[in-house]
Amino acid sequence: MVNIAVLVKQVPDTNSKIQISGDRVDLSSVKMDISPYDEFAVENALQHKESSGGTVSAITVGGAAADKVLKGVKALGVDNIIRLDYDGFMDSNGLQSIIAQEIIAGGYDIVYCGKSAADTGAGSTGPGIAERLGWASVSNATEVKFADALTVSYPTEGGDAIVSLNLPAVVSCDKGSIKVRKSNVKGIMMAKKAQVDVRAVSPPAASVTVVSQVMPPAKPAGKKFEGASSAQTVAQLLRDEANII
Amino acid sequence: MTETIVIAELSKGEINTTTNELVSAANLLGDSCTVVVPCTDSSVADKAGKISGVSKVIAAKSSVFGNYDAAAWAEAIDSVAPSGIVVTSASAQSKDLAARLAARRTISVVQDVIAIEDGKLSTPIYSGKAIQNVSVNGDSVFSIRANIFAPADDSGSCDVQVIDTTGNVTTALQEMVQRASERLDVSEANIIISGGRGMGTPANFSHLEDIADKLGAAVGASRAAVDTWDEIPHSMQVGQTGKTVNPNLYIAVGISGAIQHLAGMRSSKYIVAINKDADAPIFQHADYGIVATWEDALPVLSSSLSDLLA
Repeated sequence: MVNIAVLVKQVPDTNSKIQISGDRVDLSSVKMDISPYDEFAVENALQHKESSGGTVSAITVGGAAADKVLKGVKALGVDNIIRLDYDGFMDSNGLQSIIAQEIIAGGYDIVYCGKSAADTGAGSTGPGIAERLGWASVSNATEVKFADALTVSYPTEGGDAIVSLNLPAVVSCDKGSIKVRKSNVKGIMMAKKAQVDVRAVSPPAASVTVVSQVMPPAKPAGKKFEGASSAQTVAQLLRDEANII
Repeated sequence: MTETIVIAELSKGEINTTTNELVSAANLLGDSCTVVVPCTDSSVADKAGKISGVSKVIAAKSSVFGNYDAAAWAEAIDSVAPSGIVVTSASAQSKDLAARLAARRTISVVQDVIAIEDGKLSTPIYSGKAIQNVSVNGDSVFSIRANIFAPADDSGSCDVQVIDTTGNVTTALQEMVQRASERLDVSEANIIISGGRGMGTPANFSHLEDIADKLGAAVGASRAAVDTWDEIPHSMQVGQTGKTVNPNLYIAVGISGAIQHLAGMRSSKYIVAINKDADAPIFQHADYGIVATWEDALPVLSSSLSDLLA
């Protein structure tokens, strides 16, 4: 029986346009969804349970609006849903410290998470909590095989590394070849009634302060040519103007 | 005096020029830069002693650096690196290490820094759809994107101190599966040529490979191409759910420019777009746009490149 935790985060749908209001991103009209890589983490967690027996607990950090992401994974078959109740900005130190405390309190054997969240793109949480817990970790996992020890593949400079690691461990998940399951009506109905376990947290003071959020600088208009023969002109420009080739 | 510690970036066992870029970035953050070189053979570190603007080089020598193990590397590097602002590259492995090092020291990490101005750091958020500017108090770890800061030159001379170190290895390498092709990965390439669903069939990617071979480029793909064709692996995918790249040159062929794709490549220095649809959104981001079918344009591009490179 394995006590499995999976970390999930609610982020703007990756198809959405991001807008700035004042000096902050304005997400008020953006549709929120589970961060894409977290879907692979949830799938690995559920397959691990199916292979070894145990329970899967999904953990998120956020305000009440983040319950939606927990209900979504509950519908997929996660057993417990837990929200660490904190709606403000946290730096990596604050975030990892409250998650690591929860992992210790819950007595988990393994933590799955996405390789990075689609909002920050940082990818610090998985390896960061592993270090705090003194656990093994593998990041950017594209394939996980479950036995007493895990066998995990991840891409490196020289090719795909296949490593084995003993629990307890943290695995942060990339897309790979794994197919994620979809929820069915029964699951969705059950998830609606499910209770979110809300926990109060108090992160340490942040050492990182957000000064502003801005749009990326606009690129000056480029040159556009009609017809295939212009490919020759472009090749020449890449040499003479861009100095690339 | 602010101490900075650069963790040298190695590829194929050698210190690469990303390390010179990291030294430039570190010297915007502090006034005394130590380079720590994780190595199994300390002679590798000699190259770091030649980088201008370095005050000290520590060759962190350990057998644990033979293969990557996040826990062991963080422990071994932490034990030899002084306290201060730690700077790493933003390769997948180095970001993993950066997060471990920061957690080990109970300090914060800021990943994927793309600009440093007046002590403030800029990082892309929402896959580059916006930029976040932050200020940081005290010691911290920063990972710096490659290809942004001008590399420090190699006219310095500084002694290398060798320190033996070790760490507790927690993963065991079973096997290294070589990549099917010798071609560069998109995350390592200075030039990338990518195809979208407009390529028609996966077999047509051979036309992109032809040009990639001429330019020493990597071949990438849009999410639509990866999702449509099993022959195009996810490792080639550029975009929000694939890899974020910032090469010197990005050539998008038969890619319309969905917001997810733009998020992964918009910071490329030069962008060339080839598309038969003159209204394709990719053209708004292209330095050079060619409105034509790839069937017509690629042969012309290929022969023009051959002439120029001859």
